[in-house]
Amino acid sequence: MVWFRRAGRESRVPEGLWVKCEGCREILYRKELEASLYVCPKCGHHHRVSARVRLSQLLDGGNWKELFAGVSSADPLGFVDSKPYAERVKALRERGARHDAVLVAQGKLDGIRLIVAAMEYSFMGGSMGAAVGEKITRAIERCLKSSYPLVIVSCSGGARMQEGILSLMQMAKISAALARLHQAKIPYISVLTDPTTGGVTASYAMLGDLNIAEPGALVGFAGPRVIEQTIRQKLPEGFQRAEFLLEHGMVDLVVPRQELKETIARCLNHLT
Amino acid sequence: MAGAAVPSFLATLEALRQQVSEAERQGDRAEAARLKEQLDAEARRVTATVTPWQRCLIARHAERPYTLDYVRGLMTDWVELHGDRGFADDPAIVTGLASFDGDSVVVVGHQKGRDTRDRLYRNFGQPRPEGYRKALRVMRLAEKFRLPVISFVDTPGAYPGIDAEERGQAEAIARNLREMAALETPIVVVVTGEGGSGGALAIGVGDRVFMLEHAVYSVISPEGCAAILWKDQSETQRAAEALRLTANDLLGFGVIDEILPEPLGGAHMDPPLAVRTVGTALRTALAELRRIRPADLPRRRYAKFRKMGAFLER
Repeated sequence: MVWFRRAGRESRVPEGLWVKCEGCREILYRKELEASLYVCPKCGHHHRVSARVRLSQLLDGGNWKELFAGVSSADPLGFVDSKPYAERVKALRERGARHDAVLVAQGKLDGIRLIVAAMEYSFMGGSMGAAVGEKITRAIERCLKSSYPLVIVSCSGGARMQEGILSLMQMAKISAALARLHQAKIPYISVLTDPTTGGVTASYAMLGDLNIAEPGALVGFAGPRVIEQTIRQKLPEGFQRAEFLLEHGMVDLVVPRQELKETIARCLNHLT
Repeated sequence: MAGAAVPSFLATLEALRQQVSEAERQGDRAEAARLKEQLDAEARRVTATVTPWQRCLIARHAERPYTLDYVRGLMTDWVELHGDRGFADDPAIVTGLASFDGDSVVVVGHQKGRDTRDRLYRNFGQPRPEGYRKALRVMRLAEKFRLPVISFVDTPGAYPGIDAEERGQAEAIARNLREMAALETPIVVVVTGEGGSGGALAIGVGDRVFMLEHAVYSVISPEGCAAILWKDQSETQRAAEALRLTANDLLGFGVIDEILPEPLGGAHMDPPLAVRTVGTALRTALAELRRIRPADLPRRRYAKFRKMGAFLER
């Protein structure tokens, strides 16, 4: 029995009775944190949640059907860094993350039939390889066929380096599918959560008819460290956070998690 | 060599090249011919033994032809077009109208500088959002007036700076990817030097994608990859190999359509020849694409990019 765990490492949150808030360092009762959708009741910090938790928060009755579950990552480059990429993926899958870095589901949100893709940060930083690219593209194609609206909840460091140029091309593949969705006038809501950077931001995460960010989420193209190295100075407080993006006109709304489902429903009801 | 250091594996080649032109300048034909033979042998040696990392260095060579060199070498009646109509003109991307073989075309391309001042002016070929937005504006113009688009890709990457983030670097790239996919006019892309990740792809979605023999195209620079995965800058060469970023690799992955051969030793050894090779490829591609109804192009382009990527399925 684990008595104490840091929140934020989503897969571990449910294990302990008590967790420490990543924002204010207060000790929180796990049940209470879970009931508040992993938003700290003391400081409002939005903890990262797994794709499953995300879907259960958004979809009615926690009722949904996983789509494209059979798609998983290959190792087209034979990539090896400190450990072979193929082994890395195998180990993660054996630990239970069988859906790679995105979980696609069909379900209802406030009675609206739709498809939701939720990214899994604990799977290699939510990075986008060809499996992620394929599942999201199929999700878009399914929306085109069924006229269901699409919601993608992004949480990703960007393209998956271990798949090289083929991960970069997922940006083009998914964006091309989104062009079709755009022309078919089917709503797509992009939800940006902490963190969303790199090739994910520079493709589908910024292409929503509506872009909605969670409070405090880091959202950007280049990561803060890369920018600091380039300009050789410290970045200003709040740089690349959700509120910064709102101020600069890059997102429509910053919405606390407790209001996210209701906000998406209200927007979709206007658009469909 | 205008400010940039010669990589050591190219030092002998560079020295011989200078000796040949010196001998030619002095009118010593016999000596020039003798040195030319040595030069060719050295160029063959370099080409035969070139590693992925060395290709990156050739791709970054300061005397490699850049977008405006291709425009000057292949086109006439050039009119450069400036600005994104929203914020500014970005000199790291050039756009314009030109005649190619007597037909009007739209050109977009990254532009690097050759001397220190020009390099700074061009921000080392790293565009800001307004550069990508200018490119999109001009590509829309191409669609409207039924002109094909020729895109030259050569960038270390989109500029990672505070101002670029404030103005939506990610949004600008994303929008280009979506809009280029749906553009109802032919798009021919040539990766001429560095294909630096999203900053390259943002003008790289086309009906035909060519790549010069020593050009590289990657999701991340070998330096960046080494820093993240090995936490060690000295692993750059290993990262360059692991990333599979050469033209041959990309052809194998089905990401590009054709490799365009470079002059022996690299495009900088004989820029006019490299430019002519690109011209020939463009001519053929445009002739083929003109036979397709513009309204059918997005469907074909979708099919092309839809196939990219390898995954398992049970």
